[in-house]
Amino acid sequence: MGTPNRVKAERGLMRWVDDRFPATQMWQDHLSKYYAPKNFNFWYFFGSLALLVLVNQILTGVWLTMSYNPSAEGAFASVEYIMRDVEYGWLIRYLHSTGASAFFVVVYLHMFRGLLYGSYKAPRELVWIFGMAIYLLLMAEAFMGYLLPWGQMSYWGAQVIISLFSAIPFIGPDLAQWVRGDFLISGITLNRFFALHVVALPIVILALVVLHLIALHEVGSNNPDGIDIKAKKDETGKPLDGIPFHPYYTVKDIVGVAVFLFVFAVVVFYFPEGGGYFLERPNFEPANPMVTPDHIAPVWYFTPFYAILRAITFDLFGLDAKFLGVLFMGGAIAVLFVLPWLDRSPVRSMRYKGWMSKVMLVLFAVSFVILGILGALPATALRTAVAQLCTALYFAFFLLMPLYTRLEKTKPVPERVTG
Amino acid sequence: MADNGVNKGRRRFLVGATTVVGAVGAVGVAVPFVASWQPSARARAAGAPVRADISKLEPGQRMTVEWRGRPVWVINRTPEMIERTESSDPARFSDPDSEVPQQPGYVSGPLRSIRPEIGVLIGICTHLGCSPLYRPEPDAVDMDNWPGGFFCPCHGSYFDLAGRVFRNVPAPTNLEVPPYRFEDDDIIVGEDEETA
Repeated sequence: MGTPNRVKAERGLMRWVDDRFPATQMWQDHLSKYYAPKNFNFWYFFGSLALLVLVNQILTGVWLTMSYNPSAEGAFASVEYIMRDVEYGWLIRYLHSTGASAFFVVVYLHMFRGLLYGSYKAPRELVWIFGMAIYLLLMAEAFMGYLLPWGQMSYWGAQVIISLFSAIPFIGPDLAQWVRGDFLISGITLNRFFALHVVALPIVILALVVLHLIALHEVGSNNPDGIDIKAKKDETGKPLDGIPFHPYYTVKDIVGVAVFLFVFAVVVFYFPEGGGYFLERPNFEPANPMVTPDHIAPVWYFTPFYAILRAITFDLFGLDAKFLGVLFMGGAIAVLFVLPWLDRSPVRSMRYKGWMSKVMLVLFAVSFVILGILGALPATALRTAVAQLCTALYFAFFLLMPLYTRLEKTKPVPERVTG
Repeated sequence: MADNGVNKGRRRFLVGATTVVGAVGAVGVAVPFVASWQPSARARAAGAPVRADISKLEPGQRMTVEWRGRPVWVINRTPEMIERTESSDPARFSDPDSEVPQQPGYVSGPLRSIRPEIGVLIGICTHLGCSPLYRPEPDAVDMDNWPGGFFCPCHGSYFDLAGRVFRNVPAPTNLEVPPYRFEDDDIIVGEDEETA
């Protein structure tokens, strides 16, 4: 009757498209015939959630651009205009500002999943490196975005970070001036940060997300057992421990999305300032180059690295403390890129690694959290000492990894996933 | 016939030459984009010297003038403040004799100034660019034998009334002294004495 005709017409349309563009092919390669391990757990929600938050940031960001004025005279007032006068402007801005923090929450959990199950190990090194590049650009994106409201913390936070460049010997001061485009942070800096935040960096981040996914789908997803599911296939060539991403994981991820949106909405509607951690209180005053806030702290997602920067109070190897602090902070991020070559363990997952890897991962995670807390607090002698200890543990996790992953006794990895 | 008469050497040369020319072109194209980030003519003009009347600056007082968007402090040091600064133990400072070039050549000595009573300092902490607080009196901060000076609330750096940085604080160098000169009752910040 009617139904077969409709189906026939749809097939006809799809065939017409497929002859011109590989739509069905792409749908199958990346969703309906992309076999993912069947034992994904809680930790595997955060990749798709990161994608969701990215979409939120782009959508709300485009809408904010419609009412925002990127000039030193108008920026602060235009943000207040968005908050008070633009219809639903408050909601769109809070979705964007909360989304920035949510982005880092899911990305940190997503990265921790990688550490936990060895998702960075061969053959997924490029997946990890593309991911780290996304993380690095995301930090740049967030940093530049934080200048745009042109509040006191926007201004002085940017002042602190840009002056990091000036710690570089010889070229430092000129480099910092080149980044600012002025002798101080001014409307010129604001304008270029706006251009980078709204146009340049999002394009690069989106391209890297595509590369991250292409690399992932080329080698296949890892899983909590760290087993290669492609090693055991049925007679039709499908992995025995694999299930098609769609509909199995699309449906599962929708549950994750629902839970995430519930929490996200609670923050957006009831705690949009995140207790002063998502939007810091000095940022409700317009930027003033003549008055420094009593306490300058970066937004929470930068605080671990900021604590590392401040922990370096001593000169070493003829380098002064300031430059050394910048080197340590940069090194803390750079070392993540070479992680796939630091791990010499024969197994991927923490489930089958030895006790040393487990202890080091716990110490690393605890140090990272403590550094995050310390970075938000004013420095004291005791806190600096604790930050130095945590910095040492942070680096020990990576730099000692070639040793402890080789020395420790691993458990036998099962043939099939354990569910 | 395997290479269909292709001259591989010539092809390699052409590919290499095109690549080199293309790379030179790319560098050339990058020049305007990189140079565009330098301070514009308007920004440079805004960095011109500033003039301020200091005849009404009472002893012990500080005034702030803005030069190139940065706060420049002019302090009128009392004889007691000068005495406390000059008699401070040099071992307490990282650079008591101002060896790091953080000041024009014509200011020297423990007071780092042209006139002993008038101190001129850029009010930006040399650690990470915060603006330190003025704490001229003894016991104004939590430090034994405080001679008076500046305390940076961001990361806890201390400077004396000549802008000399104390040891064991995050700031690596003394506060910067801008070029300045005097003219009658005025101070001109941003212009050297020699060029006057």
